[in-house]
Amino acid sequence: MEIPEVLEIKSVIKENYKTKTFFFNKKIEAEPGQFLMVWIPGIDEKPFAVSFENPLGITVGRVGSFTTQLLKMKKGDKLGIRGPYGNGFKLKGKEICLVAGGRGIIPLAFLAEKFKKVDITAIVGANTKDDLFFVKRLKKYCFRIIVVTDDGSSGIKGFPTDSLKDLLEKEKFDCVYTCGPEIMMKKVFDICENYNTECQASLERYMKCGFGLCGQCCIDDIRICKDGPVFNSKQLSKLTEFGVFERDKSGKKVYF
Amino acid sequence: MSIKLDVELAGLRLRNPTILASGILGISKKILERVAKSGAGAVTTKSITVKPRGGHNNPIFIQSTKETFLNAVGYSNPGLKAAKKEFEDLSDFPIPVIGSLVGEDAEEFAYLAENIKEIGFKAIEIVLSCPHTPGYGLLGGHGTPEATKEITSAVRKKTKLPLFVKLSPNVMNLGEVAKAAEKAGADAITAVNTLGPGMVIDVETAKPILGFKVGGLSGPALKPIAMRCVYDIYKAVKIPIIGVGGIITGKDAVEMMMAGASAVGIGTGVYYRGMNIFKEVCDEIEEFLESHGYSNVKKIIGLAHRD
Repeated sequence: MEIPEVLEIKSVIKENYKTKTFFFNKKIEAEPGQFLMVWIPGIDEKPFAVSFENPLGITVGRVGSFTTQLLKMKKGDKLGIRGPYGNGFKLKGKEICLVAGGRGIIPLAFLAEKFKKVDITAIVGANTKDDLFFVKRLKKYCFRIIVVTDDGSSGIKGFPTDSLKDLLEKEKFDCVYTCGPEIMMKKVFDICENYNTECQASLERYMKCGFGLCGQCCIDDIRICKDGPVFNSKQLSKLTEFGVFERDKSGKKVYF
Repeated sequence: MSIKLDVELAGLRLRNPTILASGILGISKKILERVAKSGAGAVTTKSITVKPRGGHNNPIFIQSTKETFLNAVGYSNPGLKAAKKEFEDLSDFPIPVIGSLVGEDAEEFAYLAENIKEIGFKAIEIVLSCPHTPGYGLLGGHGTPEATKEITSAVRKKTKLPLFVKLSPNVMNLGEVAKAAEKAGADAITAVNTLGPGMVIDVETAKPILGFKVGGLSGPALKPIAMRCVYDIYKAVKIPIIGVGGIITGKDAVEMMMAGASAVGIGTGVYYRGMNIFKEVCDEIEEFLESHGYSNVKKIIGLAHRD
């Protein structure tokens, strides 16, 4: 049934100055990259990647007014959850690389947990040291982590895409998994194409119904909510709007 | 035996009687092209308003029972200017695209009709029946025979395109409303819009779930109401009817056509069967016709009205 199930927040963990994880008394089974619609009763409802499945947890970073309200929620408060929706990341091969930008680390940390049996290299990008989170969580499952910040306050100064290029110069991966700002993901995809490496990216668009009817989240003729949100290289190569524009709440094009 | 599925609808030739209903998917030309590839006979855009509208807050679409959906999208659309750009070139579109228009009064409807002329829409559908958007449809007082006549004639004066008028199942004198549209120059009636509005309240928080609290009812639960409405309208007018409401299978479509519809709209059905619903419904209509000895789908239109 496509209707929110209202759950009590069981615990809240602060991940950094603008990011928290909310846990619920519930188990789910999800593919990494699948998402949930999270309803603040009487306010609004937005999509969030599954962060933990047992117990169910979502990780929320402050973006706008909705996440600001969500971050005020405490243990015992109630949220509506529906999902998980969409198609997630698929495990491909034995040596994989993750490229996370900002909040994009959320589904990728969950991915590392699920795919822990393979060799995982993670490139974690953030604006500054203070924006980093989940690096410890990743350390449990990744044999190598490369931290990259815009200002050099932690790890290498630069962009995660530069680190990916350096790696691909020297080694080969069976698949590169990416989530983060779309411009970054487009670059990751282009780099992967240049190095003949399979890529999977989790895309984001303004989402409303979440189950493929309203059309709000379309990119080209693809519904992010139902056909995505994760796409492989073959699918990405056909998307003419990838890295070009998204649509706002009304459907108006907003160029990146 | 080869079965003919093509129908004629107010001067339009449709390769089959299935039409994507307005409000579902129709945000861009590209997604409509995918619906066309999935087998639809025609597609309808999301309703276009003069100014951009963000629509209601989420949730805008929820399920209340297995067979019942409620929606209150609130006419989110990027507005007339953006629509003109999005749909500026439809010359290569394989099937007719119906432009859905919605305004707050006759003047605004007429303005929209006049200003979408350069777009290659093959027909215009005006919506006088939304049950959940302040200022529009039922909440704008557009559901009466008088308002229907006023708005339809105002649009008629501005366009030569086939003009469809979309009506609400809430009105008891639906035949009168349809007649008013016909007299004012409508070429077809689209029946029905969503029913209600209805409401679902979450008992854990005692809050209505839809962002707008109330929303129009669609899905299989709407089918018997839509069926009766189409039956009543068929009796009242001579212009063709597009039957919408709870069409999920070919059998539903056959039933709707027997009630008097020349074509059927499919919306919520996409949830139940995915985008292939158009092709699947057509295949099922064909199977029905074949097994019942009909060579042409047109022969079943209005069959339920025979003595």
